Amino acid sequence: MVTTILFLPLIGALVIFLLGDERLQLPKYVATAFSFATFVLSVILFVIFDRGRQGFQWIDHFTWIHLTIAGTTFEVQYKVGVDGLSLPLVLLTTGLTFLSVLISYEIDTRTREYFLWLLVLETGVIGVFTALDFILFFLFWEVELVPMYLLISIWGTGRKEYAALKFVLFTVAGSSLMLVGILILGFTAGTFDIVTLTSMKITSSIVPLWLIFWLILAAFFVKLPVVPLHTWLPDAHTNAPTAVSVLLAGVLLKMGGYGILRLAIDILPDTAKDFGTLFAILAAIGIIYGALIVLRQRDLKRLIAYSSVSHMGFVLLGIAALGQVGMTGAATEMFAHGIITGMLFIMVGLIYERTHTREIAQMSGLMRQLPFIGVFFYIAGFASLGLPSLASFVAEVLVFLGSFDKYVPMTVLGVVGVLLSAAYLLWMLQRVLWGPPMERWQGLKDATAWWERVPVVALTLAILAVGIYPRWLVDVFQMGITPIASRLA
Amino acid sequence: MTEIDRFAPVLILLITAGLLLLDDMFLPEKRHLPWLTLLGLLVSAAWTGSLVARDSRGSIYHDMLLLDNYAIFFYFLFPAVAGAVILGAIEFARRMDDRVGEFYALILVVAAGAMMLASANDLIMIFIALETTSISQYALAGFLRDNRSSEAGVKYLLLGAVSTATLLYGMALLFGLTGTTGLPGIAEALTRADSGLRPAYLLAATLIAAGFGFKMVVFPFQMWAPDVYEGAPTPVTAYLSVASKAAGFAIVLRVFFVALAGTLITAEWTQLFAVIAAISMTVGNVLAIQQRNIKRLFGYSSVAQAGYFLVGVTAVSVANGRFTLAASGVLFFIATYAFTNLGAMLAIVAIENAIGSEEIADYSGLAKRSPWLAAVLAFCLISLTGLPPTAGFFAKVYIFYAAVQAKYVWLVVIAVLNTLLAAVYYLNIVRVMYLGEAKAPTGLRAGAAIRFAMTVAALGVLVFGVVPVPLLDAAQKAANVFRF
Repeated sequence: MVTTILFLPLIGALVIFLLGDERLQLPKYVATAFSFATFVLSVILFVIFDRGRQGFQWIDHFTWIHLTIAGTTFEVQYKVGVDGLSLPLVLLTTGLTFLSVLISYEIDTRTREYFLWLLVLETGVIGVFTALDFILFFLFWEVELVPMYLLISIWGTGRKEYAALKFVLFTVAGSSLMLVGILILGFTAGTFDIVTLTSMKITSSIVPLWLIFWLILAAFFVKLPVVPLHTWLPDAHTNAPTAVSVLLAGVLLKMGGYGILRLAIDILPDTAKDFGTLFAILAAIGIIYGALIVLRQRDLKRLIAYSSVSHMGFVLLGIAALGQVGMTGAATEMFAHGIITGMLFIMVGLIYERTHTREIAQMSGLMRQLPFIGVFFYIAGFASLGLPSLASFVAEVLVFLGSFDKYVPMTVLGVVGVLLSAAYLLWMLQRVLWGPPMERWQGLKDATAWWERVPVVALTLAILAVGIYPRWLVDVFQMGITPIASRLA
Repeated sequence: MTEIDRFAPVLILLITAGLLLLDDMFLPEKRHLPWLTLLGLLVSAAWTGSLVARDSRGSIYHDMLLLDNYAIFFYFLFPAVAGAVILGAIEFARRMDDRVGEFYALILVVAAGAMMLASANDLIMIFIALETTSISQYALAGFLRDNRSSEAGVKYLLLGAVSTATLLYGMALLFGLTGTTGLPGIAEALTRADSGLRPAYLLAATLIAAGFGFKMVVFPFQMWAPDVYEGAPTPVTAYLSVASKAAGFAIVLRVFFVALAGTLITAEWTQLFAVIAAISMTVGNVLAIQQRNIKRLFGYSSVAQAGYFLVGVTAVSVANGRFTLAASGVLFFIATYAFTNLGAMLAIVAIENAIGSEEIADYSGLAKRSPWLAAVLAFCLISLTGLPPTAGFFAKVYIFYAAVQAKYVWLVVIAVLNTLLAAVYYLNIVRVMYLGEAKAPTGLRAGAAIRFAMTVAALGVLVFGVVPVPLLDAAQKAANVFRF
């Protein structure tokens, strides 16, 4: 089942590759079909997932490479499965990719390659979340590089080539260091199997354990991102095409959070305990710095990009507490941020399609011409600042409850961050949507196409679903976090 | 007779080379020459296959040469590489009219010499084989007779001669110290050696390493590579970048892990290799970033790739018998590197045939003009960077794992950071091809032969990236000759 979900997008990409004809609009329909099918399968998996059983389920497994040479074994398995932590993230990925495909209907150049790379990207990300062998994990982590590079640099705007290259270089730097950590870990433990690694106690290695810890964290800290390794994010988010920004902010950043939880903390829990305070400090810096920088932004997309840096600070804060509540909050924040920021980027994309500018100063009073977009933009904005009954509130409450015990000053700064996010979001919404209408925007058309409206409404429903009755999500995350928290105790 | 039987694969190539020269002299029709060459390569490979089937292993000519699994690995590799180059060179060679036969013959001699080098078991044999393969390469480098090619040939000749002389000096010292030229004999003498002779042995080993360093294209013996790669005819560059380097590493592994494997001096030259590897990778990658000519870029990238190979060689530590993992890693890397580099360079040959330029800027928009050529080149470049799902990804992971096992963590960190540097210039080429504006609206056609060779190479890169086990097993069998 998991393998099907994992490879269905890749098969879709292959189908698009073989059906070479762009004129019949085939690529986008094939992409829609395959991404929708993948989404449906993941929903089914989410429903039938056994909430009574701890640990990984639906494991698909075969030994891929097995070499025994003079007493040493080098083994890489194809092993994929889901547990409470990864299943909602898989759901997030498939859902957002499907909606991204819909939003991408507006792409009119080289559509075949575009949808092809989008589907390949989906396989890569699902692979990251479901891989249960460390080398396999690394393989899927690297798979997303080429599609992202091409997607940003070909179909992006502004300084797209610069942004794409920066993204690749930062990611490769982080993941290269992670590879060293993985190899040392695999050599020390004698296996690359993640399930085994998390259940065994690693006491010593050929290099100090903290070095392995930070080598592995390197990739995740670049991805999350943690200040000061975040400088790739604003460029990449701003200059990527809308759908890619949605995926980047909604899904790719979560690979970082997932990695920190599952691979760094779960495998080396004792080492993690030494660095809890450092995590909290970095989190607080990220939250406040991110929020303050946002206040200075004049580009709509860049504003939301920096707000992502700030929100990922919340994730790190929840993780820093190394407790059940905090980490569940972090996971929930990942999901919530995914759907909320995904929606924000979609709204910005819709506006940009019509006004062809992202300068906040140049837009005013758009609510009159674009009521549909305006209303839902507001909903997304309120969701982002953590209004109760919308997704982010639940997550942020859990994070703060979890971290307050241990790190009072950082938590206080985190709450201040919420205040700042309210400031910049409300300011942005007021500036763009209300105020005196401008001449040049008189003739704008609202969002009427079905492929524009469906993603917006779907995401709103998701935000409400998590915000009003979060148990369907949080309970699942809790299942995955409990073993990690117990190892930290 | 068994000895000729075992030597036959090499002999067949040499005989075919001779036939080609005769054929060229007497028959006016040239078009069948490449096919005759390929036939010779096929027969040679088939003979090797029959040797494997008959389980024939052992010494050739009184232990001067050794036919073991290691040699067989290369007896298959070098004809395959030569075959791919010949398929890629058909269109180029047509321009050579009266010297076509020599061109193909020289390619065969290079392969034959390389095969001899891989099975050499004696210092003198090593020298003979090395000269056989090298001199033919010097001639090939200067084949075009224009300014650049002639300069490349002469440079290669002069620097090659100096390095061979250095090598010979080291060999002479080794002979003087041990009293024998056979590799096993040297190993034995080393174990019984008086520790007071350590400096002498170290000197010999260093000189030998320097001599081979030229062939391996490592720092600080890499100066010739960019110029020669740029000046030589592009099919020859493709051949050099794979066969010459593979031969170099084949013999280095043999010499250092059979002859010089005793604990007397191992720690020193292991450390030496580690440092050279680190510097080569960095120097190669940094200098490649600013290159505008793609052949020159591949020259520098060759230096960097040699650094990766050397990381694997470093990891084959003798102290602990567990590390044949690294030896098989190096061999796996050699094989996948052959596929990858051939795929990339053959694509470059095809592109040069079509647009007549070697400048990266002229590759702009290639993806629109010939999606197939651009895709093959891009895929092979991705493999050279070490991204999945290519064979290059696995080769790197494997070698780095072996290095971690050997506790060379600092070296692995430098190596992975070099992946970052390499990504800059490899991806730049991909960027130019896919994002750039096409310089002319016309599509590009490549000949059937070269397209076939490119397909096989690219498929190899993909297949061994997804199912590396068969090749890993072959590499492991070959590496088991290094018994510690």
